[in-house]
Amino acid sequence: MTPATELKPRPANRRSSNRLAAFYRTTVGKKLVMAASGLVLFLFVITHLAGNLQIFLGAEKLNEYAALLRRMPELLWTARTVLLVALAVHVIASVQLVLVNYRARPVHYAVKRDVETNYAARTMAISGPLVLLYVIYHLAMFTFLVTGPGYNHDDVFRNVVLAFQMPAISGVYIAAMLLLGLHLYHGVWSLLHTLGISSPRYRRLRRGLAPAIALAITAGYVSIPLAILAGIVE
Amino acid sequence: MSLDPKVPSGPIEQKWSKHRCEMKLVNPANKRKYKVIVVGTGLAGGSAAATLAQLGYQVSCFCFHDSPRRAHSIAAQGGINAAKNYQGDGDSVYRLFYDTVKGGDFRSREASVYRLAELSMAIIDQCVALGVPFAREYSGYLANRSFGGAQVSRTFYARGQTGQQLLLGCYSALARQIALRQVTMHPRHEMLDLVVVDGRARGIVTRNLLTGAISSHSADAIVLGTGGYGNVYYLSTNAKASNVTAIWRAYRRGALLANPCFTQIHPTCIPASGEHQSKLTLMSESLRNDGRIWVPQQAGDARPPSAIPEAERDYFLERKYPSFGNLVPRDVASRNAKDVCDEGRGVGPGGRGVYLDFAAAIARLGEDVVRQRYGNLFEMYERITGENPYRQPMRVYPAIHYTMGGLWVDYNLMSNIEGLFVIGEANFADQGANRLGASALMQGLADGYFILPYTIGDYLARISPVDRLSPEDRAFRQTEQEAADRIAKLLSAAGLRSADSFHRELGDLVWNQCGMSRTAAGLQHALARIPELRQEFWQSVKVPGSGAQFNQTLEHAGRVADFLEFAELMCRDALDRDESCGAHFREEHQTPEGEALRDDECYSHASAWEFTEVGRPPLLHKEPLVFDYVKPTQRSYK
Amino acid sequence: MKLTLKIWRQASTGEAGTLLSYAIDDVSPDMSFLEVLDVLNEQLIARGERPVAFDHDCREGICGSCGFMIDGVAHGPLRLTTVCQLFMRHFPDGATLVVEPFRARALPVVQDLVVDRGALDRIIESGGFISARTGSAPEANSILVSKEAADRAMDAAACIGCGACVAACPNASAMLFTAAKISHLGLLPQGQPERCQRALRMVDGMHDLDFGSCTNHGECEAVCPKGISIDFIARLNRDYLYASATAGREPIRNV
Ligand SMILES: Cc1cc2nc3c(=O)[nH]c(=O)nc-3n(C[C@H](O)[C@H](O)[C@H](O)COP(=O)(O)OP(=O)(O)OC[C@H]3O[C@@H](n4cnc5c(N)ncnc54)[C@H](O)[C@@H]3O)c2cc1C
Ligand code: HEM
Ligand code: HEM
Ligand code: SF4
Ligand code: F3S
Ligand code: FES
Repeated sequence: MTPATELKPRPANRRSSNRLAAFYRTTVGKKLVMAASGLVLFLFVITHLAGNLQIFLGAEKLNEYAALLRRMPELLWTARTVLLVALAVHVIASVQLVLVNYRARPVHYAVKRDVETNYAARTMAISGPLVLLYVIYHLAMFTFLVTGPGYNHDDVFRNVVLAFQMPAISGVYIAAMLLLGLHLYHGVWSLLHTLGISSPRYRRLRRGLAPAIALAITAGYVSIPLAILAGIVE
Repeated sequence: MSLDPKVPSGPIEQKWSKHRCEMKLVNPANKRKYKVIVVGTGLAGGSAAATLAQLGYQVSCFCFHDSPRRAHSIAAQGGINAAKNYQGDGDSVYRLFYDTVKGGDFRSREASVYRLAELSMAIIDQCVALGVPFAREYSGYLANRSFGGAQVSRTFYARGQTGQQLLLGCYSALARQIALRQVTMHPRHEMLDLVVVDGRARGIVTRNLLTGAISSHSADAIVLGTGGYGNVYYLSTNAKASNVTAIWRAYRRGALLANPCFTQIHPTCIPASGEHQSKLTLMSESLRNDGRIWVPQQAGDARPPSAIPEAERDYFLERKYPSFGNLVPRDVASRNAKDVCDEGRGVGPGGRGVYLDFAAAIARLGEDVVRQRYGNLFEMYERITGENPYRQPMRVYPAIHYTMGGLWVDYNLMSNIEGLFVIGEANFADQGANRLGASALMQGLADGYFILPYTIGDYLARISPVDRLSPEDRAFRQTEQEAADRIAKLLSAAGLRSADSFHRELGDLVWNQCGMSRTAAGLQHALARIPELRQEFWQSVKVPGSGAQFNQTLEHAGRVADFLEFAELMCRDALDRDESCGAHFREEHQTPEGEALRDDECYSHASAWEFTEVGRPPLLHKEPLVFDYVKPTQRSYK
Repeated sequence: MKLTLKIWRQASTGEAGTLLSYAIDDVSPDMSFLEVLDVLNEQLIARGERPVAFDHDCREGICGSCGFMIDGVAHGPLRLTTVCQLFMRHFPDGATLVVEPFRARALPVVQDLVVDRGALDRIIESGGFISARTGSAPEANSILVSKEAADRAMDAAACIGCGACVAACPNASAMLFTAAKISHLGLLPQGQPERCQRALRMVDGMHDLDFGSCTNHGECEAVCPKGISIDFIARLNRDYLYASATAGREPIRNV
């Protein structure tokens, strides 16, 4: 047997030619990129929620808002680009990290008890891709209008209401929102920690804040299909 | 054989600087041609290996631990002395020197101790530079505390983890040299033998503990920093794997072993809780700064401590030593604890314990301050005993803790074998017959950072690296074969008794006969019994598994085999030294008050033993100890 | 007390291992977990079987040698405690406990409960030091360190290198260990000149050694016998980000 200590290569003593590549090469670098892109996605989710909640203010308001966005194509496309890049980066980095982590423990424990972590944290790699699937479905429905019960570009309100009046679609949405909530339940806390926004003093606050934000976002989103199903919004 | 300590001439304050000037230097361009083997990565070995590598020598470093950072030095809690006089309380190099010589009961070499005191300050500087997070005052300056056996506050500390932090400091320096490929580190390698050709140390034979492979390593100089042998007693505060093998093997190859009977007992350890006890845990001596030691006045008083009124308690150290009180040196505190227990006044299971009480300190300082000072020690105590020391006094009892004896070295830290250097606890050192608290860490780092790197250069400058033997040389092959044979013999013994059970039996024997107090009769009994036990061991030890694999039982058995030989020498030395001094207490020699009574006329020397053959008595050589500066007196801590 | 231990037995790296069950009677509540293994090993030797291998040395919770999983928790159920300081009074009589080695690609099993933690040394070697040549140090009190900084640095420096954080981390990440070292040195004024390089080098080193990444599970802190806080991980992230933005990677040099 070769002693394992000698099998292990000494870390390369390297001088980097490309700082960005060297930064991203490490797990910490990828992780920081995950957090930064996660932050962008998170901010979008909040803005999008704010926009969507206008549904409770009636058809005019919401449609006006949608029209407003379309009247500013530069802004819209910048936002879309940022969003798309963030999503792509987030997904690529997450896949890379998941692979690294998977390889890091080839033999599993017969018994493993978690002391501190939670379900949300353990299932990030599942909730994330499911959210991605949902987003694709969602875009097909409301942006590309290739699925769903016949839509009209200028009447966003009607599109949404028509769709959500179908329990099946509402059900998918509610499930997806819950998954998103799960993703953010750990994601927000993780984000703050990864970006190094941490001081022992604010720790308790942050530990409480993150789930609260996740909960609020989920509740906000879920309220829309529920309200439509219940006939509150027509 | 003449024992020349090679102490430089001149006034004691100038010896070291003069000597440094006179030593030969190795041409910087030649340094990389020399190869040095360092065995041990404790404070001594680690600091030496890092420094030698910085200087440009090729260093090969060995330890049996899985990482150099785990050497036993890591366990030191209390602190490290230095004559910085930051407290302005009258400390000086001379006072530290004086305290150490006196603390050692005038059985150490004056010139070496002076040098140690002189270097103490540079050690603190170096450690701070390496990032050791010593305790600080609110001003940002370094904090100090006082420690047993001294009346000044000169001890630097990092919570209760001073040894750990000092070791991590030198381990990180070592890690840097490993990264630079200046040091080739061999963790989980045990030195099994020393290769000596024509009186010169040429290399070592090691066993790779992961694979069982036995191999040879050749060098221009060999440095042993392999720690103490306190585990000969089985139960001690030493880490479980600490052992005598490296220095014992060197002894068998001709190195002189000096003062093996000087073994130190630490007064404040957690008492054993039963048969299963595998080691003892030390409670830092710093506890004696605020804790008061007492036992009931009445023998057999079985009341819980809280039910014993003040008037019926005997604070025996404060009573007998009004000026030092609870802070008397370790040997004095230990012996007194043993005495009160022998009188039947001991507390806890088996009556082997005395109280260390913080009630007064808590009343005076408040629980918070006490928690701040000793919190982690209190936690440790509670974890082990299940008792809360904030509410009830701790129980403590003496245990073997440190060994002052070791391989004989001259002023240059070289043994009588050319090219074999010995540093740290492994040498017979500067601690004399008793070590003061917080001075072992100091000695290890002084040796490794500041003494050996100079003196080894002086040696190397006189030899040529071209002479280095190849590890294929016959001498190596033969030593390898002997090591392999020994292992084969251990594996083939057809018994059913574990090495551990022999170790326990040996430990029990030497603790009773060659422990806190010794008598000629007891030592003779031990000397008769040890060879029998050794024989039983080789006949009936059971070591499962093979030598060609990771085999912890085999490792342990090899160490026990060496302890079984070493114990005999230790008892012989104790019998030969027919006086009491420091921690070596021969009941035949005591003052009317029961203090150690030295015999300077006959025993003012270091006893350096030369190996002949197993079973045949060794030869005794004496290095006379001359005291020009600190005149030997009866130590008094009254 | 009586106990049943299901212990992972594996003769060597690469060989297959399995959980074997051992019944042990006469366990005293005052025994440490390692002393129970001592007792078991005595019995195994008497039966001529191979004893259970486990690393240990100080048995005081400071050397970091010991460590394995007890019922799925690194160092067992008691917080802030290494297995050598874990006493049996914390277990119910008659308990059955599963004892497994730390598992991670970076910490291969050597035998039974012994793993090779050389990778942790490699991380330190990649940059966990202050380059202060012996003899070059200034007078100690010329470097003032606020008590707060010294205390925080000591909190981080308390790491014993046991590897429990890696073992407990669902991703087998060594972030807590690495963060502790980076923070220990980075919190002290002496550590400032190399702070950026240290962060870059150690993170690189960790990456090259088959450890996973941190996804902020916090398991590591929960099992760390020295209570090292994951706030140090946040600190590491900050340091790495700052270092990446301001400094290029430099090799370690001997000057
Ligand atoms: C519990 C405790 C607390 C203490 N507290 C203090 C204190 O507060 N202040 C103080 O000044 N002193 C204290 N001491 C004493 C002090 O810690 C030791 O004397 C000192 O650390 C010894 O250092 P060392 O470098 O000589 O050896 P060690 O630290 O014991 O290192 C020995 C090294 O040698 C290696 N080794 C040994 N044999 C072999 C072999 N055959 N082959 C290969 N490698 C080998 C080991 O792997 C290890 O790396 C304490 C001691 C104990 C037990
Ligand atoms: C009840 C919940 C939701 C409703 C009613 C809703 C509604 C809509 C509508 C109507 C559009 C089309 C806008 C337009 O083209 O004018 C849209 C676009 C979009 N939605 Fe949602 N949405 C919901 C939840 C979500 C969630 C949870 C996400 C992400 C995780 C999301 C991501 C997007 C994206 C990425 C777009 C495309 C934006 C663009 O065109 O630039 N939506 N949504
Ligand atoms: C609207 C969509 C999304 C948002 C708002 C979001 C947000 C976040 C946030 C804030 C984090 C924490 C980053 C950190 O640890 O610093 C995170 C982590 C993660 N995300 Fe997403 N994410 C989204 C979509 C996705 C998708 C589509 C995937 C997968 C393909 C994904 C997979 C992951 C993974 C694996 C992690 C790492 C787990 C962890 O850090 O704990 N996410 N996400
Ligand atoms: S951080 Fe804690 S768990 Fe990890 S190695 Fe250090 S002490 Fe062990
Ligand atoms: S458990 Fe692992 S995921 Fe991070 S916070 Fe600790 S390293
Ligand atoms: S044996 Fe040293 S920490 Fe447990």
